[in-house]
Amino acid sequence: MFTRFNQFASPKHFYDLSARLTPWFTWASILLLLAGLYGGLVLAPADYQQGDSFRIIYIHVPSAWMSLFVYVVMAMAGGIGLIWHVKIADIIARSSASLGASFTFLALATGSLWGKPMWGTWWVWDARLTSELILLFLYLGYIALQSAFDDRRVAARAGAVLALVGLVNIPIIHYSVEWWSTLHQGPTITKFDAPSIHMSMLIPLLLMALAFKSYFISVLLIRARSEILEYECNSTWVEELISNRSF
Amino acid sequence: MSIQEFFHMGGYAFYVWSSYGLCAVVMILNVLQSVSRQKKTLNTLIKRQRRTLGQ
Amino acid sequence: MSPRRKRIILILFVLAGMGIASVLLLTAFEKNLLYFYSPSQVAAGEAPSTRAFRIGGLVMKNSVQRNPDSLEVSFVITDTVNTTKIVYDGILPDLFREGQGIVANGKLVNTGVFQAQEVLAKHDENYMPPEVADALAKAGGTYPLPENHKSK
Repeated sequence: MFTRFNQFASPKHFYDLSARLTPWFTWASILLLLAGLYGGLVLAPADYQQGDSFRIIYIHVPSAWMSLFVYVVMAMAGGIGLIWHVKIADIIARSSASLGASFTFLALATGSLWGKPMWGTWWVWDARLTSELILLFLYLGYIALQSAFDDRRVAARAGAVLALVGLVNIPIIHYSVEWWSTLHQGPTITKFDAPSIHMSMLIPLLLMALAFKSYFISVLLIRARSEILEYECNSTWVEELISNRSF
Repeated sequence: MSIQEFFHMGGYAFYVWSSYGLCAVVMILNVLQSVSRQKKTLNTLIKRQRRTLGQ
Repeated sequence: MSPRRKRIILILFVLAGMGIASVLLLTAFEKNLLYFYSPSQVAAGEAPSTRAFRIGGLVMKNSVQRNPDSLEVSFVITDTVNTTKIVYDGILPDLFREGQGIVANGKLVNTGVFQAQEVLAKHDENYMPPEVADALAKAGGTYPLPENHKSK
């Protein structure tokens, strides 16, 4: 079992595996995206209160979910790298950061574009919006930390500590709308009783969420491959791979 | 629903299409940057190997 | 720049960033841990009487009065127990309607009326097509339906 895990986690094996998996996730995300966009922009009816402006939900909510999901992936991978010195875990953590920052930026920007017509303001300092902004700062801090160290192992260790400390922010973001009275409304999908969104609007949302997830995996795998090559550039398997490509 | 109605988005066209446009730009830039970086990394390694073999 | 110097600058940069983030967090939560007060809290005297604060509640039905010559508007908000009268001079957000939740930023003026500088609409977590909302309202459902919502 453990040898099998080690084999999976070997950079060479992961490099080959990710090359094979990337097209699958790319196509899955394209198809899910097309279905989700058609469902969300064409099939779903306008909302009884918010009219067509509610369609921003199909970008905003998947981005916000991904901003949390990617952070947890980054912190967990960082933690695994920190404790067990698994090279692939460090690489996954490092490759996730800019994607997570992108999703956080999208969640904030589309939220702002939604808030202006509906709430009447681009921004308020309520607990949900503030904690999501802090998430963006955590990602940017992590990225700055990575580019500051020339030694990748030191960078990975420092980044992992930052990511693990910042993990406290994740439940704060999620529960902020319940713990404090915020301008942002409460949860729609994840509350314990039935989701309070009509089926015709919910299905495109779930499709978009899956599309974003596949997109993340696919781009993560591409980025991880570059990281592996840079990390392992002096190993025999990379030299073999390069000579096979150039001749 | 007509095409005009679709693009009009019930008067929220600016907000809805800005959101979708921004999302498309960010997602496409991420892909392009990642793919070009992978190509660049491979090219650098190929050049480096040629240099060492040429010596 | 030597790598060590680069590292020190970077660590300082990160620390400064984290510092700014925590200051932002603390000031935001200190003042707005409770983002808005309810009419009951205002009635109980818990809200600040001299400085500006936020008040939130549902706009009561048939309470909105508009001045036909200006943007001036007054309405009553409720938390189902107590009510507060709000006067406002400005453009209301699209979601402002009777029965809808709002958050207003402003001050209590001596007559016990809240003079708002800003009115924000708070929407709920329910999303549904207008026909479903109509059907639920007819069936006496639990969804609060605004009087003047437009069904297409």
